Amino acid sequence: MKIPLSYSFRSLWTRKLTTFLTIAGVALVSFVFTAVLMLANGVKNTMVATGSADNAIVLRKSAESETLSIITFDEADVIGTQPEIAIGNDGKPLMTKEVLTLINLKKHGAQPNDLSNVTVRGVTPDGILLRPQVKLTSGRMFNFGSSELIVGNEIADRFDGMGIGNTIKFAGRTWKIVGHFDAGRSGFASDIWGDANQILQAFNRQAYSSIVMRLKSPKDFAALKARFEADPRLNNLKIEPEKQFYAEQSQTLANFIRILGIVITVIFSFGAMVGAMITMYAAVANRTVEIGTLRALGFHRRSVLGAFLIESLFIALLGAGIGLLAASTLSLLTISTTDFASFSEIAFGFTMTGPIIISTFLFAAVMGFIGGFLPSFRAARLDIVNALRSA
Amino acid sequence: MAEPIVQVRNVTKIYKRDTMDIPVLQNISLDVPEGEFLALMGPSGSGKTTLLNLVAGIDRPNNGSITIAGSDISKLNESDLAKWRARHVGFVFQFYNLIPVLTAYENVELPLLLTHLSKAERKQHVEAALSVVGLADRMKHYPKQLSGGQEQRVAIARAIVTDPTIIVADEPTGDLDRKSAEDVLALMEQLNQEFKKTIVMVTHDPQAAEKAHKTRHLDKGELSQN
Repeated sequence: MKIPLSYSFRSLWTRKLTTFLTIAGVALVSFVFTAVLMLANGVKNTMVATGSADNAIVLRKSAESETLSIITFDEADVIGTQPEIAIGNDGKPLMTKEVLTLINLKKHGAQPNDLSNVTVRGVTPDGILLRPQVKLTSGRMFNFGSSELIVGNEIADRFDGMGIGNTIKFAGRTWKIVGHFDAGRSGFASDIWGDANQILQAFNRQAYSSIVMRLKSPKDFAALKARFEADPRLNNLKIEPEKQFYAEQSQTLANFIRILGIVITVIFSFGAMVGAMITMYAAVANRTVEIGTLRALGFHRRSVLGAFLIESLFIALLGAGIGLLAASTLSLLTISTTDFASFSEIAFGFTMTGPIIISTFLFAAVMGFIGGFLPSFRAARLDIVNALRSA
Repeated sequence: MAEPIVQVRNVTKIYKRDTMDIPVLQNISLDVPEGEFLALMGPSGSGKTTLLNLVAGIDRPNNGSITIAGSDISKLNESDLAKWRARHVGFVFQFYNLIPVLTAYENVELPLLLTHLSKAERKQHVEAALSVVGLADRMKHYPKQLSGGQEQRVAIARAIVTDPTIIVADEPTGDLDRKSAEDVLALMEQLNQEFKKTIVMVTHDPQAAEKAHKTRHLDKGELSQN
């Protein structure tokens, strides 16, 4: 039979200050750990939400992002003839030929010369139809054939001069902002959209960046991919399900955040473990006689080890719970940074998930175990006679 | 005549301090019959607590054997010895050694957690033990809410709750005022006479020793023959 849990729990509260400080240390580390995972997850979710399950995207082989891709007009025409592409109400293939460029804009509060890259996406009329998550929130849709733009809400909220009716200058033209759009938690919310043909002309571009198409059925993807590989005119291009493409896009940034964050957290965790160790060594030193008494009464060494480890684990898990609660409030925040794949600004939130909660508790349990093991082992190894003599 | 319940045979105990050997007990032999109330007396450093620790199974002799109720405990391994103590020994310490974060009830229940008794059976035993020591109304009190004499009576309840083969008491009145000491000694006398418990008690106190049936003196690691 084990030493009762009440012994371990109540013993903790006899040294309230050190117990509280140790819990606070673990909570802080757990907070950082959770926040990092939530952030990496938020990046992934944002990018994955950018893609639709029914859509496929075409880019140049070896292009790692849309901004680095080139699809010639001839190639675009060939793609438009593929039978797997769904047909729109107008009887034409449901696809959008898009061009992406980067322009420099100033964030609210930034220095005048401290500019950020923002993606301008030129779309063809089906571009809106293929992205059901994109919804106009104010103003109106831009007119095709004009120098008008609509601005994603993450850009509208964070950058100067993005109000409806404002104008911005780039590529030798003045562009008028006529609407704002919401794109849920997708990456499009960090775009500015306009007419693809106007943007091609303004930038004197002779090629699209990407082509997105709605498939008749997601099952048709394999046949379409096979044709892309067999057709010599499409040999230089690659086709991917849109969701998979955006998920891959998020990997670099999400992995960077995750790895950097975890390295920092692990370094922090040494501090928390040392804190737990000091607390538990003090507990063992203060309770030497109790340990001797328990052992004299017949409790085994492993029971003493278990009782002290439970104390340490309890401190760690309580700290993890507090850290998790604090970190969960971050889901109310949205932050932005440069996406390494597109080199443009992308906004995303902190997303909490079940696996993150489990990971945080496991991480804290490891801290508690490592921090508590040596002191607990020392408690279990105490000689009974010497322990009783220290009364 | 019945076998003595405690048989100490030619026991030697040497402590090591750095490189020095310090002999504490030399070739000690002692028999304690069942139902005996034995007092061990002697000056500080005479080895009386060491002898008590050996009989209680919390220390091991360098030489010799200790047989309690037919078991040679000097041959038991660590784990078996812990089990043996839980079953056969009740401890009473000078400073009571109650667990401060547990109530009187929980302190008395501790040794029963090492048995197979159900919760209801444990409750019955704990209440009976606390009644014997006259503290049935203090079950929910924590040690710091009790006087020294009451704490020692809770410790005695803890020592008898498993109905052990022997009770070992190390200076049970050493930290008590005269009145409390008398109460505790009366209780031990009652345990011995009414419940036929075998008690081995180490004491400095001649009044405590008077309550015992028999007193043995230890001096410089050797036991007197009276």
